[in-house]
Amino acid sequence: MNYFELFSLTPSYQLDLSDLAGRYRTLQSQFHPDKFAGESAQAQAIAMQRAAQINDAYQTLKTPLNRAQYLLSLQGIELAGEQQTVSDVEFLMLQMELREQLESLQAAADPEDAIDKLAARLNKDRRSLSDDFESAYNEGHYQQAGDIVRKLKFYARLEQQLQQAEEQLLDF
Amino acid sequence: MALLQIAEPGQSAAPHQHKLAVGIDLGTTNSLVATVRSGSAKVLPDANGNLLVPSVVRYQADAVTVGLEAAVHRISDSHNTITSVKRLLGKKLADVDQSHLPYRFAEQDSPLIETVAGPVNPIQVSAEILKSLAARASESLQSEPDGVVITVPAYFDDAQRQGTKDAAQLAGLHVLRLLNEPTAAAIAYGLDSGDEGVIAVYDLGGGTFDISILRLSKGVFEVLATGGDSALGGDDFDAAIVGWLQQQAGISDLADSQLVRQLYSLATAAKVALSDSESTEIVLDSHGYQWRGELSRSQFDELVAPLVQRSIRACRRALRDAGITQEEVGEVVMVGGSTRVPKVREDVASFFGQQPLTSIDPDQVVAIGAALQADILVGNKKDGELLLLDVTPLSLGIETMGGLVEKVIPRNTTIPVARAQEFTTFKDGQTAMAIHVLQGERELVDDCRSLARFTLRDIPPLAAGAAHIRVTFQVDADGLLSVTAMEKETGAQASVQVKPSYGLEDDEVTRMLKDSITHAKDDVSMRMLREQQVEASRFIENMTAALDADGETLLAADERALIEQAMQALANVAANDDVAAIEQAIKTLDQQSQEFAARRMDNSIKQALKGQSVEGL
Repeated sequence: MNYFELFSLTPSYQLDLSDLAGRYRTLQSQFHPDKFAGESAQAQAIAMQRAAQINDAYQTLKTPLNRAQYLLSLQGIELAGEQQTVSDVEFLMLQMELREQLESLQAAADPEDAIDKLAARLNKDRRSLSDDFESAYNEGHYQQAGDIVRKLKFYARLEQQLQQAEEQLLDF
Repeated sequence: MALLQIAEPGQSAAPHQHKLAVGIDLGTTNSLVATVRSGSAKVLPDANGNLLVPSVVRYQADAVTVGLEAAVHRISDSHNTITSVKRLLGKKLADVDQSHLPYRFAEQDSPLIETVAGPVNPIQVSAEILKSLAARASESLQSEPDGVVITVPAYFDDAQRQGTKDAAQLAGLHVLRLLNEPTAAAIAYGLDSGDEGVIAVYDLGGGTFDISILRLSKGVFEVLATGGDSALGGDDFDAAIVGWLQQQAGISDLADSQLVRQLYSLATAAKVALSDSESTEIVLDSHGYQWRGELSRSQFDELVAPLVQRSIRACRRALRDAGITQEEVGEVVMVGGSTRVPKVREDVASFFGQQPLTSIDPDQVVAIGAALQADILVGNKKDGELLLLDVTPLSLGIETMGGLVEKVIPRNTTIPVARAQEFTTFKDGQTAMAIHVLQGERELVDDCRSLARFTLRDIPPLAAGAAHIRVTFQVDADGLLSVTAMEKETGAQASVQVKPSYGLEDDEVTRMLKDSITHAKDDVSMRMLREQQVEASRFIENMTAALDADGETLLAADERALIEQAMQALANVAANDDVAAIEQAIKTLDQQSQEFAARRMDNSIKQALKGQSVEGL
């Protein structure tokens, strides 16, 4: 059973998150180990495995990047542990520029404002890549879609680092 | 022992039977026990009407006392009267700040306290408190409880959770679930109001601080994020006052443990007084020190401000982890005696921009929530009324090259969870790999907490990087971790149920259990036989029902024959009084029916969402 089947959904990049959350809650309210608290160790162990699978499926489908990777893996394209990287020179130049901006946050006159601006920029780029992925995937151009996922990973990493920088700067 | 009783709606698996379940709040300073009677949860009092049991245990040569009776000796017999033991639970001696403590520690890896009754470890001390609470429940309910839910701070790490579970086992209690304290509080309020939305639970107890962000939606409590500080609490407020007192009264030497206790008593009293009044008088007259003075509310606020700010920082981080803004928080719930301090209420109100809820007594709210959850878990409430989805409080990872930690399960991941990660060998011909399991947020191994080490052997000797080792982390619904490592080519496998070295080994718990019941040996073996026989007949009964329902569709004839054979074998031995043989036969049937059970579960998962419209979810 793949993750979409588990939630009785057709594989698609476009997903209604609140509908997904509802399906997730329905499944967990039946298969969470707490529902088997009075039963045998065997039943509890199986319930635990299934509940863990349901959690994993939910986490995978909930996040756009993970969902994109998962959709491609269903098409036989594994991007999870791969070494291959982006060869688009223009894109790489842009990444270097964004990284420099990230590193100079500390020196900014108004760091909070600089953080907000960079966050908005990353968000905009990511959304546009996300749209590109959707059309490539829907048209069956899976290799091209894979390249876009590799680019999206750059943004995921940048956003994570921006968050860390924000925690440090603003003393979270 | 039931096999996957997935009861269809309207078709109950067994005749309804009311079971006794209790919730225990095992606190740093005070503990409570509560139960649900005629639909509402109540904390159980002692004969004098006291609800709180001071978490104090006194060891004498021939007796152990717990609670108020022990607490009166905390100054006169400080070496043998143990307070705030929760702070030591699951800790290495090296992790314990001994400067404030009057105990004599034995030279050991785990903190072992020397008393007149011999050395005791924190697990044994905690077990004494649990026993006393269980006794209160049995007296009040006129019966032994069928199961207990024990609360732990959300921020407790694996070792501390395991320590709590070991203590319960030592006290002879059947633990249904370890429940995070803030989650328990949210249940108490959530079930009370029935409102939906985001709840923040701010829990400042005697020794620990927790913040949890939860979402309640259609009977499901989903913990979105949790954070806190396992060494921040009201005791630190006391310590701040003691520091001030020491300065004011010119006390330079704190070696005298009775003087220290005296100072702490004065500090606690001053703190409590300042919750209701603007200033309080402090009179010190003991051990050659005489001092008299005033402590005002604003002086006190200044002393504790840095501590309160530490807690607010943790709140900010938890909101961020949850992806929630202050404005989206619908309710703020206050838990723990230390939230009576006005400065705490003010700062929390200003951070969240709303007055926090305090309608349920902050001392009782956790025990009440635990009792409600226990009642559900033993099956007294109908299915689907409440489900709790909790998270891992701290990231779990593995040591990689260069003393770095690679995270396998990040903090605030919903449990239960299983995650696998692949590693490769780094030397040609390497045949073994050491696995070091860690917990914490930092990148360096030295900054994280070491949970366990084990070695995977029999890796085929290949070129560096050619062998693939899959390491799987699994965290169960109690938040306890087990780790398995497997070489993919040969299937060579090694695993560990994380049992920190400063906890107790399984056989140690068994030995201590046996020691405590040797006088009632015959009684015990009789009880074990009865329990196994009941287990056997329940198993057979449920198996028969499962075979009737799904045996035809889910099993091949030979598979069914094997299960039926194991059932017959179990039925045969269950009639005799050989406990070990019954146990073995149960195990065999369990193994034979595992695949069948898994198929039934998968089958029902497939059915679960069929025919449901989106609106029905």
